[in-house]
Amino acid sequence: MTRAAKRGGTPEEAASSSRRVFAGAEADVVPMRGRNAGTPLDLDLIRGQAANRSAIERRAATLGKRRSVKQEWQTAWLLRAVTMIDLTTLAGDDTPGRVARLAAKARRPVRPGLLRALGAEDLGLRVASVCVYPTMVPAVVEALAGDDIPVCAVAAGFPAGLTPFAQRVEEIHEAVEAGAREIDIVITRRHVLAGDWEALYDEVRAFREACGDAHLKTIMATGELGSLRNVARASWTCMMAGADFIKTSTGKEKVNATLPVGLVMARAIRAYRKLSGFRVGLKPAGGVGKAKQALEWLILVKEELGGAWLERSLFRFGASSLLADIERQLEHHVTGRYSAYHRHPLG
Amino acid sequence: MPKIAELFETMEYGPAPEVADEARGWIAERGPRFGHFIGGAWCDPADGEFFATLDPSNEAQLGEIAQGCPGDVDRAVAAARAAQAAWRDLGGHGRARYLYAIARHLQKHSRLFATLETLDNGKPIRESRDIDIPLVTRHFYHHAGWAQLMDAELADCEPLGVAGQIIPWNFPLLMLAWKVAPALATGNTVVLKPAEFTSLTALRFAELCREIGLPPGVVNIVTGDGRTGAAIVEHPSVDKIAFTGSTEVGRLIREATAGTGKKISLELGGKSPFLVFDDADLDSVVEGVVDAIWFNQGQVCCAGSRILAHEGIADALADRLRARMETLRMGAPLDKGVDIGAIIAPVQLKKIESLVEEGREEGAAIWQPSWSVPREGWFYPPTLCTDVSPAARIAQVEIFGPVVVQMTFRTPAEAVALANNTRYGLAASVWTENVNLALDIASQIKAGTVWINCTNVFDAASGFGGYRESGFGREGGREGLREYVRQRPEPAQSISEEDPEPVERDEEEDVDEEGHAPASLPAIDRTAKLYIGGRQARPDGGYSLEVRDCRGRAAGEVARGNRKDARNAVEAALATDWARTTAHLRAQILYYIGENLDACRSAFEDRLHALTGCDPGAARREVEGSVRRLFTWAAWADKWDGAVHRTPFRNVTLAMPEPLGVMAVICPPEPALLGFISSVIPGVALGNSVVAVASERWPLLATDFQQVLETSDVPPGVINILTGLEDDLRPTLAGHDAVDGMWYFGTDEGAADVERRSASNLKRTWTQVAGGRDWFGPDGEGREFLRHASQIKNIWVPYGE
Repeated sequence: MTRAAKRGGTPEEAASSSRRVFAGAEADVVPMRGRNAGTPLDLDLIRGQAANRSAIERRAATLGKRRSVKQEWQTAWLLRAVTMIDLTTLAGDDTPGRVARLAAKARRPVRPGLLRALGAEDLGLRVASVCVYPTMVPAVVEALAGDDIPVCAVAAGFPAGLTPFAQRVEEIHEAVEAGAREIDIVITRRHVLAGDWEALYDEVRAFREACGDAHLKTIMATGELGSLRNVARASWTCMMAGADFIKTSTGKEKVNATLPVGLVMARAIRAYRKLSGFRVGLKPAGGVGKAKQALEWLILVKEELGGAWLERSLFRFGASSLLADIERQLEHHVTGRYSAYHRHPLG
Repeated sequence: MPKIAELFETMEYGPAPEVADEARGWIAERGPRFGHFIGGAWCDPADGEFFATLDPSNEAQLGEIAQGCPGDVDRAVAAARAAQAAWRDLGGHGRARYLYAIARHLQKHSRLFATLETLDNGKPIRESRDIDIPLVTRHFYHHAGWAQLMDAELADCEPLGVAGQIIPWNFPLLMLAWKVAPALATGNTVVLKPAEFTSLTALRFAELCREIGLPPGVVNIVTGDGRTGAAIVEHPSVDKIAFTGSTEVGRLIREATAGTGKKISLELGGKSPFLVFDDADLDSVVEGVVDAIWFNQGQVCCAGSRILAHEGIADALADRLRARMETLRMGAPLDKGVDIGAIIAPVQLKKIESLVEEGREEGAAIWQPSWSVPREGWFYPPTLCTDVSPAARIAQVEIFGPVVVQMTFRTPAEAVALANNTRYGLAASVWTENVNLALDIASQIKAGTVWINCTNVFDAASGFGGYRESGFGREGGREGLREYVRQRPEPAQSISEEDPEPVERDEEEDVDEEGHAPASLPAIDRTAKLYIGGRQARPDGGYSLEVRDCRGRAAGEVARGNRKDARNAVEAALATDWARTTAHLRAQILYYIGENLDACRSAFEDRLHALTGCDPGAARREVEGSVRRLFTWAAWADKWDGAVHRTPFRNVTLAMPEPLGVMAVICPPEPALLGFISSVIPGVALGNSVVAVASERWPLLATDFQQVLETSDVPPGVINILTGLEDDLRPTLAGHDAVDGMWYFGTDEGAADVERRSASNLKRTWTQVAGGRDWFGPDGEGREFLRHASQIKNIWVPYGE
């Protein structure tokens, strides 16, 4: 018998005790609560989600036009963005040497001279985490020894999520035991496409339990969910099942993080906070490679969720190339000249 | 400058000002004192009077604008007149080249126009940059295309001549584009007056006209206040008035132009409903409200200023709106991160303040966000009013500011009733995820534009304009071109080609000395009554009028209808469901009328012959022509299609012709039967209910026709027939606020009277002097009739799951 069966049993068993229709909380007087414990599954609420694509696209298209962050403000925002990056490598040719190099960059994401010129040397700038496949976790843990940068592992059959359930749970256990403090799982898209919200809820519940104290990010692979309405429904199901973050994409789908998808997820997070009192985090991943895009996402978060979400405890970028572009913009602010990639250390 | 490390903690937006140096430089160089642009050159006002134009966000003077006097208008109209023939004769392609050049130049200088607009108007730079100016260039591109296609697509039309155009201050350059582009495309020349608060972009546009080499006199800009506008409206040599502004001024223009033959189009006020059903995407609805009422500080004629929310979600919506209002940013309009700019002028600000105060006194709950508005400049915070009833003044009048009222409904039917409970009819917005509901509601709302799950979206390819007291005429799209052309008269061609055989009949014998027809038995007294609500009705006044034949002999009597009879007829017309019947059914009924008229043709022929003295062949031709005409309109009933406009979004924009509602028709005196049928039936074919006033001269043909109607399954109230004196009935019908359209075929004085009185509710009018039309030929039918019996509603339906 696998450990998964011992600890959590089937996902159905894991969740059956807590499944009832959620009565709803008093909307305006929700106390702020700690880590998302989840709520009972509320199918009416999930099925009743509306997400009007044209209106959402319109809002998403104007978000970055209604707000503008310039000069010192822009530089400060970009520094903040650096602290929110889950610095990521998820390639088939990853090696311990490669991930160790990434870990070094995570510790010192921006050239010290540049930080001094910006007056930002005392900010203790570092990225949010280093994100790798489970087999690479030990190498990163070793490379980051002595630092407080968490290691994040993608797990549960990343990126397709179609390996047998017990193996997916086991993968989470192994990653946590190897030292991963954050687990990014992929959901079973099939459950969303078939409208089987109970199955999705039970699955995520089981993953959450397998994570223990490690934080759980649920990757919904929004590019494969077919509609924004499904993005809203999947977001709700994952949050009810106890996700700490909801995340857009694996980076492997044809369409990854887009602003309309982010808008739908942010609005779900906002409503869930009102209903349950829990703050759930948002993580766009894949396709966010430019500083300008990062600013657009931060504007979206500030506008839709408020300033409280502009912390790495509640917002992350899953990105591999974003940092390099931000470094160039930071240097441009200092020198007034446009910068080149080769002037900044590789990760 | 704050330290980066501090900003890293606060994560504030910070200032992001758009630089306006180029715009200010242009004002300094070209002004700061601006004259008129007439005949391709700048000139000072004849009276030498100027006034200041201010930046509403800081009250600073930007420049000085000329106050146009009648002499200036005279010069401008003369310049436009002198240029018009050559401009028309340039042809479609030649005009297309100029319009294309205008579009290109606007695009090349787009940021200059945007900053100039924001300086002068106080709207956020985001809006002038991302919405106003792109729509302006789009309008000229689109109409360059119409100029190119005019010779083929409007082959039966010719330009009107000189167009006088008066535009408002809320979208200065965009309204200029909406006016100038279609006028120029169709071969007219223009005299345009910008609003006195916002003349600068129009003056920069004048310069652009010079830059592209537009022939002098084609576009003339005369600045000034309402007095200058009045001089344009009253100028005898102006052929067309296009106006956008308040309903109050629109009414004055209607009255001032009554009887002058000037074609007018009016785009006026609104109190547009914003309907939210319980299955709508509420977060998107909230952004919709932002776009509806906090766009351009709410100074938008089609602003969704009345939220009608389903009772089940009204509180949730209001909660979300309040939360959203807290995050709106108000401030310097040139800041790129500002949502709401300044109100145009102190007078407007005071109006908003006093209306909101009135709302508070009437018991409304007034909510405004916690942040404070800038001290300098004219600003008013976004405002949500709940606990408002339809009877409250703030629920009825146009506030023209960032103030929205919210009310509730229980059922879709109630939502429609509340939405239509207004004298306006400019636009509406409907929010639901249910396509059945959305299209059902859209079809029932009385408004020229209905936006489904969106709001305040515009495009040159789609017509924009009102129902009811929001004005008439459309701007944009194929429908908008019609406002700047007239139908070229068609060559006469008889409806019935074959030569009639004369029928021998000796009339002289049948007359005695008194002028009465002799008879062996006294004829049974025939009683011609009024026909109201499907029944023959005695006149309220209890009087009858004698009808004489062509030789002055008494031929019968008809009821003398009075104002109460007219009122009753309108009530009957209002009570029908005719507009909701299928076009197929309407066609069937009209064919059936034709069939039944044909069945008793000899009786009508005899009547015509006896009354009018026409020869029997002519009588036969007229009855035969009347049957044909009934068939023509029956044929059209299910063929007056709309269009799907090519608007550049992922949506279908449905342009649907809809009936006006209740139409009054003063029928032409000649030809006695054919004139009656030709003027009454087109409206009926398209779904209007008609109150027809039979001609004074030959009313008996109309009263005879009642029997045909009674045998033809015409639902009660669809056709109502009044007889009597035109002077008794015309004023009542023309002034009746429930009559939506009026056709008049009579005298010059009568036409002027109809137009003047129509100003009360701005009913659509079509007036013709009797005798100017060959009713037997193609002029007696055709699309022109259909256009005047319908108005176009544009329904925007975005799609995508």
